[in-house]
Order: sequence, then structure tokens, then C-alpha cells
Amino acid sequence: MSSEGASLTVAGLGKRYRVSGPRLATNSLREALVDLVKAPWRQLRELRADATTEEETFWALREVDFSVRPGEVLGVVGKNGAGKSTLLKLLARITEPTEGRITLHGRVASLLEVGTGFHPELSGRENIYLNGTILGMRKREVDQKLDEIVAFAEVERFLDTPVKRYSSGMYVRLAFAVAAHLEPEILLVDEVLAVGDADFQAKCLGKMGEVARHGRTILFVSHNMAAVQRLCTRAILLERGRLTLDADPRTVTQRYLGGEERPRFEAGARTGKAQLIAAQLLSAAGEPIERPLSTEPFVIELDYTFPTAAPGTRLGIGFLSADGVPLFTSNVRDVGLELPPKPGEYRARVTVPGGVLLAGQYHLAVCLWNPREVLDLQEPALSLTVDAGPSILYIDGPDRKGFVHLPLTWSLES
Amino acid sequence: MPALPLTVLEPGRRAFDVGELWQYRDLLYFLTKREISIRYKQSLLGISWAVLQPLMTMVVFTVFLGTLAKVPSDGVPYPVFSYLGLLPWTYFSNALSRAGTSLVSNSNLLSKVYVPRVLIPLSGVLSALVDFACAFGVLVGLMFWYGLAPQLSWLLFAPLVLLTALLAQGVGMGLAALNVQFRDVQHAVPFLLQLWMFATPVVYPASLVPEKWRLLFAMNPMTGVIEAYRAAALGRAVDFAALGISAAVAAVLALLGWWRFRSMERVFADVV
Repeated sequence: MSSEGASLTVAGLGKRYRVSGPRLATNSLREALVDLVKAPWRQLRELRADATTEEETFWALREVDFSVRPGEVLGVVGKNGAGKSTLLKLLARITEPTEGRITLHGRVASLLEVGTGFHPELSGRENIYLNGTILGMRKREVDQKLDEIVAFAEVERFLDTPVKRYSSGMYVRLAFAVAAHLEPEILLVDEVLAVGDADFQAKCLGKMGEVARHGRTILFVSHNMAAVQRLCTRAILLERGRLTLDADPRTVTQRYLGGEERPRFEAGARTGKAQLIAAQLLSAAGEPIERPLSTEPFVIELDYTFPTAAPGTRLGIGFLSADGVPLFTSNVRDVGLELPPKPGEYRARVTVPGGVLLAGQYHLAVCLWNPREVLDLQEPALSLTVDAGPSILYIDGPDRKGFVHLPLTWSLES
Repeated sequence: MPALPLTVLEPGRRAFDVGELWQYRDLLYFLTKREISIRYKQSLLGISWAVLQPLMTMVVFTVFLGTLAKVPSDGVPYPVFSYLGLLPWTYFSNALSRAGTSLVSNSNLLSKVYVPRVLIPLSGVLSALVDFACAFGVLVGLMFWYGLAPQLSWLLFAPLVLLTALLAQGVGMGLAALNVQFRDVQHAVPFLLQLWMFATPVVYPASLVPEKWRLLFAMNPMTGVIEAYRAAALGRAVDFAALGISAAVAAVLALLGWWRFRSMERVFADVV
């Protein structure tokens, strides 16, 4: 990969953490002294840098190579623990790499956690200055941008109020506003947009797009695949500390959502009261199938269990687009059915009529819940590809826009 | 991109970057300001505590050591004598304990963002200067009350304060780095400071120490400093030999603290 003209280049980057290395496990001076008395030889060996064995360490990130050009918005996608945060921490200079090299052209600002250095007792104004200088601004720069920052964060009236009296929304808005007005050449953003209302999220996304159009570089870590697709020009996928895909956002997010092994019914919100055991696709005739045809009905067979009596439990499914956007949902109550309340293992079948789903990739979410709580949620319980069946809909090819087909009525007038 | 600063991050120790420190000078100002303004927030007496702390200690020692135990005070009224010791000592002790706990109490500055780490203990040492300035006002009043005139030698206070700050910063950095790894440090520091105070001629004169222990006594860097403060305040001859030993020991301690801090700096975020 060429790093010519790149604003950020990462080469062979790796970060190793100690898991149970004796020096980290020892967290009080007394233990350290006792250890020293007990085993001076081992302690001396530990003091040498290479004394750590492989079992005591793990690589949070390894052999990662990529580069980003000015104006690019790079999405960083991966499951929890895949190394996304470690990558950002390395880029932000918070922690140093174990191997490899990072080259940065320009100022780096990180929004790893909003409002770092914010002090609850200080006023909004004082915190703007403090946070701005923490991010590397000069006082003069903050002076110039103060009005803009305050207007963006919509906190004019509360500027001299201690931030401990702020709502969490105001707090986040203020923190984001400071960082967004820093005008760094490289901006690192980690899940900031998870907080704040929809209006503000849209505003932040708009601001980030604007920043990128000014030829700056943004790294955006998010679990929000829709935001990654909307905002990023490119994305990388991290899996267990390795970079496994570097492509356009659509390809990366689809691989992220689809690339998980199934069935993986351990990860759901388990309460032990009711849970889903398996989900399977069947043809209308009851034969297991891999890929249904868009024109044929197919069946989703769901196995679930109640370890204890679970009256009032509902079972529902939801179809999501490959990007994770919910398309439609359906549950047993829609058709006036009740699940049997007694303990036991049960099976349910849902038939999806032919001609409804367009050809394409979908995810299926399955949920067991009652009005008080979610008992089990599998999202996605399975991922499926619907192939184009023999239909006039696909006369121009299988790539028809949209997800579902509705029997609309047309009339033509002269 | 010619004009943009280039940063290369690689494993291994980096040279200390003075330019970067200069780049962040406004941060030092705001960190120090924060230290000062949050310390007395929601307190009734506010910044008066900066004065009350050495003043009340002076009263206590005047009653017990000055009046009851009749500890000699080099020919000046005991309240003035002890306040002259307590003023720099209180500064040193505040600066050291603020610097020593600074990294742990600002752990989010270590683990969430990059700032030059040296600034964190330094803001503690600088913020204590404001308390020192307030308490200094009381000294002037106290000397006036006892009919002691201001001296030209008061100019010596500036280098003495600088030396005290340097010592507090150096030792404070070492303790702060240790505290990141072993929280025991923050429990030990108040106790250590108490012992250190009694090993220093703060509330008793150095002349009380037997001749054969004098050299060892002077090895305590605060000994020469406090004696010099007193001499300068009263317009007496400063013992520059003793001050020199103190300054040399202070420099060694500060370098040790610096070395400890620098060698641990790279792993702060991983350990804290």
C-alpha cells in the first residue's frame, strides 16, 4: 500500500498487553516486596524486558497496515475486543506500540471519550478552555472559536453554569463542539454519537462531513453500520486484532454483519427464563433450504425453550437489511396467538409468502419477550440470501432497488 | 504536505520534547487554574484555607513548643520564627503531595487523551504557589506586628521558592510515577511528609542539633532551604555552604524523580 501523500500511515503495527504478568498482577507495594523476598531470582528475570512468556501476554493488535489520505473518512469496524479502541489509543499517542510504526502528518485530535478533562465543578466556559487546550489548542484559538463552539453546542444560556448541572445531552454536545472546532488534520472519533438526540447526531455527522471536505482525515469507530455507510468513504474491518478487510464501507459493513458464525445463540440477552435454541430455513414443503427464491414462500422454523413457566411471553421476528436497517417485524400477537406458558421445549413456524422479499441479503432477528423485559434477543439469528425467482420484476436483472415488493395498483391515462 | 508537523510513533523511548512542552503552555495555565479553582469550590472559607493552614499550625506550635516547652527561636519571637519555617514548608508539602497524587487523580488525562505528562504534576506544584502567596501576605503582617522591618534580602525569596518548587516537582514526579503502579504511595506520602517536617528545622532552630550531626542534617535538602528563608527574611547572613549542600541533594533527588517518571511514562496509560 502506497503511503505517498497519506496523512496517516500505519505499518506492521502491533500492541501486546500483559494479561497475568507478575509485575502487573502485583498491585501493592507489599506484595511486590514479599515477592522480592520470596523469589529474588525470578523478580530479577522479570525486570528484563524480554522475560514475558507468550501465555502471559496477548496481542490486542498485530500486523496492521493501512494508510489514509487527506479528505478520507475511514470507518473502523469490528466486534468488541477486535482491537478498534487499541488502534485509536495508539494513534492518539495514549499508549505506545509494541512493534511497527505510525506516521502522522499534522495535528491529531481524539474524541475517545467525550469531555476528557471536563471538571464538573467548572463552568461551561472554563471547561471549553481546559478541554480545548487538552486537545492541543492555544488559548488564542479557543478565544476565536468560542462563539462558534457555544452556538454549535446550544449552551449559550448555561455558559457560566457548572457543567455538573448540565444534562448529559448538553455535556456531550459541548464536548463534541470543542473537538470539532479544533481543526486538526486528523480527527479520531470513537462512538461519540451513541449519545445525544437524533438532531444532534445528524448535526455531528454533518460537521464531520464538513471537516472531511476541508481535506482533513477522519477515523470513525462505530457499531452503527448505517452511520459508517453514510459518513465513511472507506472502511476497515478488524477481527481479533488483525485487519481482515480494507474496502468500501458497504462491503465492509455487510461482511461485518454477515461474517459471524451461526447459529450463535450464546450472545443474546439471556435471562434464563426463555431462550431461543435454533432457527432454520425450510421450503414450503418442509425441506431445509439455504437460499429461498423470491417468488416462492419459505418457512422460518424457530425452536425455543422455557426452563420455567413463562406466561405472557411473546415470540417475534424482524427482518433487517444487510446494513442493519429494520425492514418489518412480526409476532405471534399480531395474529392473536399465545405461546404455551408451561415449561418445555417448543417449536414455531412462520411462513413468509412468495413475492414479498426482493432478491438480496437480509438478516433475521428473533426475540422472546414479555411486556416487562426482553428474555432473549438474537440479532441476527440468521442471515439469508434471497435469490431472484422467475418474475417480471427481475426482467432487467436481479438488482432491483428496495427490499420488499408490494402489490400496488397502477392505472394509466392518456 | 510540507507545513504540517510530522509525528512518528514507534516503540522505544523518545527524547524529551521541549518544543512540545512550549506548544502546550496554555494547557499548563488552565490545568493550574483548574487545580486552584476546584480546590476551594463549595467551601465556606475558600482560599482563606491557604492562610489558615500555616497560621493555625503556627499557633499550635507557639503554644506547645514556644510557650510550654520553651524551644529557642534564634532571638526572634517564636511565632515569627515558626511561621517563617512553616510558610515554605507548607508550600513544599502541598506541592509535593499534589504532584505525587496528580497522575492517579487525573488518570483520564493519561488513558483518554495525549498531553505531555510532565505538565500534570507541574500544575500541582504551580497551583500551590497561589496558596504560598496568600500565606506570604500574613508573614508581612506578622513581621510588622512584631516590629520587624522588610529587608532587601527578601529578594532571595525568589530563588529559594524556585529551588523548593524544583525539589517538589522532582520528588513529586518520582512519587507520582510510583503511585501509578503502587497506590501505597498516596497513603505513605502524608506520613513521610510529617516525618520529614520533624527532620527539618521548621519549628525548632538548626542550632539545636548537635555539631556532629550537622552534615547529615544538611543532607536534608529542606534544611538549608528553610534556614536560608529565615535568614533572608530577617536580614541575617545566609549560610551558603549549607544551602549549597541542600541544593546539590535537591538536584540529585529531582533527577532521580525525573528518571523514574521518564522511564515509566510510556506505560502510564496501560498501568493506571
